[in-house]
Amino acid sequence: MRLTDDERAMLDGAQGEAMQAAMDLLVRYGEVLGAERLVDTDNVCGANLFGSRHTMLCGSPEPDAVFSELSLDASSPVKVPPVRAQSYQLIGPMDTKRWDVQGVDEAERDAIMQSETFSAEHGIHLMNTCTPYQVGNVPVKGEHCAWMESSAVVYVNSVLGARTNVEGRESTGAAMLTGKIPYWGLHLEANRSATHHVRVRREISSDRDWGVLGYWVGEQVQEGIPVLEGITEVPNLVKLKHFGAAAASSGGVEMYHIPGVTAEARTVDEAYAGRAPAPVLEFGDDEYHATYDQLCGTARDRDVDLVMIGCPHATLGQVREVCRLLEGRRVHPDSALWVFTPRALRQVAEQNGYARALADAGAVLMSDTCPAIGQFLPKGTRVIATDSAKQVHYLPAIMNVQGWFGSLAECVDAATTGRWEGSGGR
Amino acid sequence: MTTTLQLTGRGLVGGVTEGEALVTRDAISGWGGVEPGQGRIIESRHELSGQSFADKVLVFPGAKGSSGWSGMFHMTRLRSTAPRAMIFNVMSTKIALGVVVTRVPAVTELDQDPLEVIDSGDWVRVDADRGLVVVDKTR
Repeated sequence: MRLTDDERAMLDGAQGEAMQAAMDLLVRYGEVLGAERLVDTDNVCGANLFGSRHTMLCGSPEPDAVFSELSLDASSPVKVPPVRAQSYQLIGPMDTKRWDVQGVDEAERDAIMQSETFSAEHGIHLMNTCTPYQVGNVPVKGEHCAWMESSAVVYVNSVLGARTNVEGRESTGAAMLTGKIPYWGLHLEANRSATHHVRVRREISSDRDWGVLGYWVGEQVQEGIPVLEGITEVPNLVKLKHFGAAAASSGGVEMYHIPGVTAEARTVDEAYAGRAPAPVLEFGDDEYHATYDQLCGTARDRDVDLVMIGCPHATLGQVREVCRLLEGRRVHPDSALWVFTPRALRQVAEQNGYARALADAGAVLMSDTCPAIGQFLPKGTRVIATDSAKQVHYLPAIMNVQGWFGSLAECVDAATTGRWEGSGGR
Repeated sequence: MTTTLQLTGRGLVGGVTEGEALVTRDAISGWGGVEPGQGRIIESRHELSGQSFADKVLVFPGAKGSSGWSGMFHMTRLRSTAPRAMIFNVMSTKIALGVVVTRVPAVTELDQDPLEVIDSGDWVRVDADRGLVVVDKTR
């Protein structure tokens, strides 16, 4: 890989051992990719909050040592300097206010808080959400970024036209310190055109529809770039958040085009950018129902212990909709209803009275984490329900539970009756 | 009778090792698809669901899913449940960073499709310094 003089100096240790370790990781990574060079970035989203599950593996619980191993893949511990690039913490292991609900004990809370303090002192913005684009980090078209979080990557590439690959903890850790990331993949214009053609032969309207379509598309195209034809209603942020998250879970979709909606293609032809058109994949009623059944594939029992809303983290609109659906009702004594939103939006939800309304109905508003990332559920949970194709893909596997998938209304119904009655639109 | 075949490709992370092959045609999810305590695949609908890749030569199409891919394989190294070597077809940032931090021999761009010519249970020697894979067929 070709390095600039500045990058070479970092690699040679002229800017200290932490910069050297960071540049060493970027060079090893870039060479495996076959990247020709690095590119400057001033927009990095990573995940550097650690509890004992991680720190126990690092020889020392000391934050510099933990960051060195887990965030830089350094061969020996280094003293970590403040970050050089604008850097943001993604979703993490713990809700700093309602850690008690998670079943976190005080020692574990203190360990994670120490990690937050370390990140804050090094200049990493504590956004603590999987949806930075909701709360102040909205990259512009063409901006080179280095983001983790597959659902956020697919959103900013496709909807906003920013440029990032799906990065990992170690590459974003190194990018935070150096302001560099390999110039490869979706950083290059030529790699952003469509590779697959999806023709939608069914109305796609509700949030659930977008989740089902995304899950099917991801399975069909794997890490390809689909262009979608036949979308008749302009979707909103919530629908595209569900779509991208689902497509990045069943497959590895990091970018898609919806002509007239997403940032880089007004027509199907523009999405191909001169590349030969791909064979058409058709999505109709049969595909819809088969995919819905797959999403509910782990579920057998209809008594629901937990309803989870907010994967990816809920918008204020979704939080308000849960409040509206709960009006005059209460969460069933044998169920729980957890709603996850970015911490910045939770503050607004508190000011708007949504948090109070949720609490009065027996639901819990949380932030900073989710059951899959933090690996927590109410004690004895066997069956969960969610409006998120992504969460129902991951949570049953991670926590060994059954999972139902449906609309927000079906989920709130399940929370208030304790029973799953979702129909999958049949 | 044992037959031997040799594949040539691009070595990514150096080193020489050998072990029993574990082959899958399904892409692997790292975070949310792997349990690092035993190096087990846990994705419900994966063809290797429930099986461990610890100490095996893992042969697979590539990576999918969450950006926690490298972080999860990094954990398998720290918990001594990592694969002995990795052989795959499709390059991506997830798998590139994953093989770098797992620090085991890794090879891609082989001149024959490893998913076609290697079966689970075959004995495989990986020389990632030279990009060579030698397969002893057991059946």
